[in-house]
Amino acid sequence: MNILVCIKRVPATGARITLTADERGIDTRNLGFTISPHEECAVEEAVRLVEQFGGSVTVLTLGPAEAAEQLRDALAVGADRAIHLLTDGAEWDPLATANAIIEAARAESFDLLLFGNEAADTGDYQVGIRVAVALGLPCVTGVKGVEVRGETVIARRDFGGGWEMYQVPLPAVFTVKEGLNLPRYPSVPGRLRAKKKPLEQREPARQGGGATSSLEMIRLATPPEQGKTVQILGQGVTAVPRIVEILHELRLV
Amino acid sequence: MILALVEQDGGKVNLHSLEMLTLARRLAEETAVPLHVVVIGQVVDGLGAHGVTAVHLAEHDALDDYAPAAWAECVVQLIAAERPTAVLAAGTERGNEVMAYLGARLGVVMAANVTAVSPGDDYRVTRLRWGGSLLEEAWLKGEPKLLTVAPLVIQAETVEGGAVEIRPFTPQLSADGLRVKVYGRTQPESGKVTLADARVVVSGGRGVGSAEGFAVLEELADLLGGAVGGSRVATNLGWRSHTAQVGQTGTRVAPDLYIACGISGAIQHWVGCKSARHILAINTDPDAPMVTKADYAVIGDLHEVLPALIAELRQRIQSK
Ligand SMILES: Cc1cc2nc3c(=O)[nH]c(=O)nc-3n(C[C@H](O)[C@H](O)[C@H](O)COP(=O)(O)OP(=O)(O)OC[C@H]3O[C@@H](n4cnc5c(N)ncnc54)[C@H](O)[C@@H]3O)c2cc1C
Repeated sequence: MNILVCIKRVPATGARITLTADERGIDTRNLGFTISPHEECAVEEAVRLVEQFGGSVTVLTLGPAEAAEQLRDALAVGADRAIHLLTDGAEWDPLATANAIIEAARAESFDLLLFGNEAADTGDYQVGIRVAVALGLPCVTGVKGVEVRGETVIARRDFGGGWEMYQVPLPAVFTVKEGLNLPRYPSVPGRLRAKKKPLEQREPARQGGGATSSLEMIRLATPPEQGKTVQILGQGVTAVPRIVEILHELRLV
Repeated sequence: MILALVEQDGGKVNLHSLEMLTLARRLAEETAVPLHVVVIGQVVDGLGAHGVTAVHLAEHDALDDYAPAAWAECVVQLIAAERPTAVLAAGTERGNEVMAYLGARLGVVMAANVTAVSPGDDYRVTRLRWGGSLLEEAWLKGEPKLLTVAPLVIQAETVEGGAVEIRPFTPQLSADGLRVKVYGRTQPESGKVTLADARVVVSGGRGVGSAEGFAVLEELADLLGGAVGGSRVATNLGWRSHTAQVGQTGTRVAPDLYIACGISGAIQHWVGCKSARHILAINTDPDAPMVTKADYAVIGDLHEVLPALIAELRQRIQSK
């Protein structure tokens, strides 16, 4: 089974998001970067499927030169090769992002293409579906369970506290959510092996909707804070009577 | 006209679709065009009170269960016939999914989780990023404008409505459009208080220290009739299953009281619990963001505070 996994590099923001002076980006000077949780699960699922059925895992990202770090992370947990669609760091809208991925995916034949359900930062909810439509493949979104049965796959997703089930033939596209599996951590030998695995850089042309259609960021803003002041109930066990009082006030006991 | 895709739960309009209709109606009023909706398979009542003048009802034998690409085909055909200036859906799993298919089929971009729109040739939209911890103002350009409306941001309103015209139509559905269709469902486990509906959520993070450490949280949740939640650290380390995770890539909760034990309050966690009416943080660090953003806080070790609290509550129950 040949699997393509598309991942995105995002800043690991802490308790507050600080914007750059022009308000068009996040001030990442003191931040680390990561793969979004959804996509970590996508990588893990691909590696498990290939462990079980054979084949190879290709991990792809569209992003700045530094995003090679996230590709190496995916190689360290078992992906076999990486494709880096290099940008100058500017944000590409979902049309342009999908078009670049479509071009890369068309050049090869994958049995399964995995995406995160939505990018953690921009939350556009559409790149995976755009790729599926362009390639004429069936797509299940929000996937939290995958079971391969020969040439078909059963995929399930949350529905009102239970599961909603889909069955699709391969090749197919899935956009997945965290909870699909518990991703492994990279081992030291895994990291060493990752350094030797092939990582191919390409520079795709940015092809969005152009004059016809686009989503152009004007500025970012942090939502207004609730402006509450915290009431400290006490230190350690001495606070217990106050907690009980509050439980009473809220009619919870 | 403005076209809105309405989702329903057994003949009743879904809450998030009502929120979306409120934004859609304002948009229709501001641009002086009628508001139409499309429903799939089954007609819904009461849409007049949301400013709707016509309902396009897609009828087809194959539309007996959810099939995202087929739903999109219905809407694509309606768009071709009716030429709406904008198409809206709720920013639910299904709403975002069907709208993404529309975007792909029509070659236009879709703006997901919008909270406000200023119309014009181009729309100036405000939308959620980072699961709601960041707002983006953007220009949405294209014909038609495609957007989904962020759930739980806009209060659903009713208006004095007139008659609603029902216009049934039979879409042409392709075999490809029907490849992906729900073929079965499992029911939720009964009896258990779910995280999303609990009045009290007792949530634990790295500070809990181990899977076994969650026993005191379980005990407190049982006493209060609540559910146990966790941070991503707790689920990633395997202390709790992912179904307990609160936050951007987990569940969003809105209990009367959220008790955050040993959770630092990273923004991705905060977006999942900020809708709680009250938040109590128990943390050894007085400067932890969870503490400074909470309504109430106890500075201390959760493994001392929780057992003492449980003992006190048990004693009260016994002395009653
Ligand atoms: C794209 C993305 C999505 C994410 N989605 C989520 C999500 O859905 N949910 C989520 O939770 N996180 C999410 N995260 C991770 C998030 O950024 C934080 O890493 C995580 O929430 C931290 O978990 P924590 O508070 O348990 O751990 P820490 O940040 O390590 O905090 C532990 C806290 O426990 C306190 N503590 C330690 N010992 C004790 C004790 N004995 N008694 C009391 N207090 C103690 C410490 O003072 C500290 O405040 C996401 C991250 C990214 C990048």
